Amino acid sequence: MTTTAVRELSFGQAINEAIRQEMRRDPNIIVMGEDVAGAAGRAHLGFVDAWGGPLRATRGLITEFGPERILDTPIAEMGFLGAGVGAAMSGLRPIVEIMFVDLIGCCYDQIMNQAAKMHYMMGGQVDLPLVIRTAYGTRGGDNRTYGGGAGAQHSQTLYAVLAHIPGLKVVVPSTAYNAKGLTISAIRDNGPVIMLEHKFLGLKAKGPVPEEAYTVPIGRAEIVRRGRDVTLCGIGRMTHICSEAAESLSGEGIDAEVVDVLTLSPLDEDTILESVSRTRRLVVVDEDTPVCSVARDIAARVAEKGFDNLDAPIKTVTAPDTPVPFSAVLEAHYTPGPAQVISAVHELFGTGA
Amino acid sequence: MQSESKRSLANGAAGVAQPLPCREKLFWMYERLTLIREFEERLKWLVETGVPVGAVHYYTGQEACAVGVCAALEPSDWIASTHRGHGHCIAKGVEVHRMMAELYGKRTGSNRAKGGSMHITDVRVGMLGVNPIVGMGVTHAVGAALSAKVRKTSQVAAAFFGEGGASIGAVHEGMNLAAIWKLPVIFVCENNGYAQATPVEYAVSVPRIADRAAAYSMPGVTVDGQDAVAVWEAAAVARERARRGDGPSLIECLTYRYYGHHQGDDTLRYRTRKEEDAARERDCIRRFRKQMLDQQLLTAAELDAIESANRKRIDEAVAFAESSPLPQPGDLFTDVYVPSRDRGRQ
Repeated sequence: MTTTAVRELSFGQAINEAIRQEMRRDPNIIVMGEDVAGAAGRAHLGFVDAWGGPLRATRGLITEFGPERILDTPIAEMGFLGAGVGAAMSGLRPIVEIMFVDLIGCCYDQIMNQAAKMHYMMGGQVDLPLVIRTAYGTRGGDNRTYGGGAGAQHSQTLYAVLAHIPGLKVVVPSTAYNAKGLTISAIRDNGPVIMLEHKFLGLKAKGPVPEEAYTVPIGRAEIVRRGRDVTLCGIGRMTHICSEAAESLSGEGIDAEVVDVLTLSPLDEDTILESVSRTRRLVVVDEDTPVCSVARDIAARVAEKGFDNLDAPIKTVTAPDTPVPFSAVLEAHYTPGPAQVISAVHELFGTGA
Repeated sequence: MQSESKRSLANGAAGVAQPLPCREKLFWMYERLTLIREFEERLKWLVETGVPVGAVHYYTGQEACAVGVCAALEPSDWIASTHRGHGHCIAKGVEVHRMMAELYGKRTGSNRAKGGSMHITDVRVGMLGVNPIVGMGVTHAVGAALSAKVRKTSQVAAAFFGEGGASIGAVHEGMNLAAIWKLPVIFVCENNGYAQATPVEYAVSVPRIADRAAAYSMPGVTVDGQDAVAVWEAAAVARERARRGDGPSLIECLTYRYYGHHQGDDTLRYRTRKEEDAARERDCIRRFRKQMLDQQLLTAAELDAIESANRKRIDEAVAFAESSPLPQPGDLFTDVYVPSRDRGRQ
């Protein structure tokens, strides 16, 4: 492959490019969801592509691939995700967008009982090449971000209830680079993959992205910052929070390693255990609520398999066990930030305030 | 399956005279009707003698619905089924020995012992799955029809559901999608009168489920679900419409399940013996046989030969299931994730 250009892309642009390149390669890929284009059927009035999904990640696809492959749906998550399951069983590779992860309650059966279990309960006779894309997350402490303050039913994270399901792969990209690579991996996977995209990554996720198609492997975590003293394990936007905390900690002489989990299921235990075996301390940082969470699952796995390598108890930093509040003040308290991560690290070292 | 004679399809579309499938198809229909009956009766006997086949929902009594619809389909067409799915499987061509082995929980089963009665699937014959989450199979048939439309094949998908399933949102969402996208779907509602113990007149807001077709701008017909030829005729018209690109249709088949909701259900706690006896008077197999003999389409000797051949096939299916190997503990961990393949290029 000849070397191609590397540009700065936003998170949404990177996902858009991944889908576009894969759709050019494979005519069986379709995109479905609410307003993935927008203004369906209004081309005669000059209206096309009015919306492009909540992150604008599907904007412009309809002008290249047409309404036969970019399908705006009615508000019917159970129906169109079910159609995605059926289409995946019968020759297509659908990419279905559930606008916000909060809406999975409307179609959870199609994820939990149908897509995730088909291959197993049918004795391996069907492939199910289905990608589900969905947006998650609070605006956190960033009051300048447009679109926050969405309250308890439009701000959740909820990936624990997806990672809990055997047979379903769950990926959470954090940067434009890994978003493009994971999107392509998800599309090429022959089984169901759900990708959770944080709504408010903003500039943090913007970065260099090669023009050519490439994959970031599903099932592999990435060490994004090397360090000797403590492992900070982040998921999605929390990886950036971990990096900010690590930067701050370095100023006081604590050298933190940051692991971006990237795939919640199947989890890359090896990378996390290997990191902890060197740093001997672990803080897991998770925007989801704590009960039966991925954070505690990671903590439990490290406790089971890496206990002898630990010099201190494992810490988790998560959202509290409450619904997401509306008020910006409360929402900022709700969402883990660098201060809580730093405080957890201080506790491990018996230092700090 | 062979396509219908031109005469019968033309008649069906025009709604005149009594259309009939070709003789070869009539032969096939009787063979399938009695094979389903034989399978279910044998299964019931096995259950009652203590063979552990898991949870089962007998299709007995409703055979004309599955056979009539599948007689109008092509082998490459798809169906999606309900929890009461053995009849749909057999009508679409799933092999009975692999079904029986699945019920026995054997490695040779249709789903390699991972599915059981409520998940029997054979995508090679277009059977997308028995599905016990009521209504969900309907959305999968809609997806298969979408696949046919996007890939520009002439395939059609039939979605079976019960009158109980007619109340769940998935069915309505699926119908709306099929209607707005003009997908090649045949919605087949088998109205057997009861969702477990809840009667249709209590749970459904309209006198005829076919009336609901109007809400989705599609044709809706109610047919005698005990008349396999009538079901075939309606399905043939619906398939032709779907294949033309005119979109979905809804067929309501009035039918009756002879036994309980599942193997342990006592029907006399919610319906009368008198009603059950009257339903059995309309038995679809007896009716089909009489029709064939009265109209001299098939002979008694031919029909008898079909029945005895089916008894033998079910004997063989049971023997195959009994002699097949059980799964090994390691099988628990196979097929959790779909294997990746090298797709060749980026």
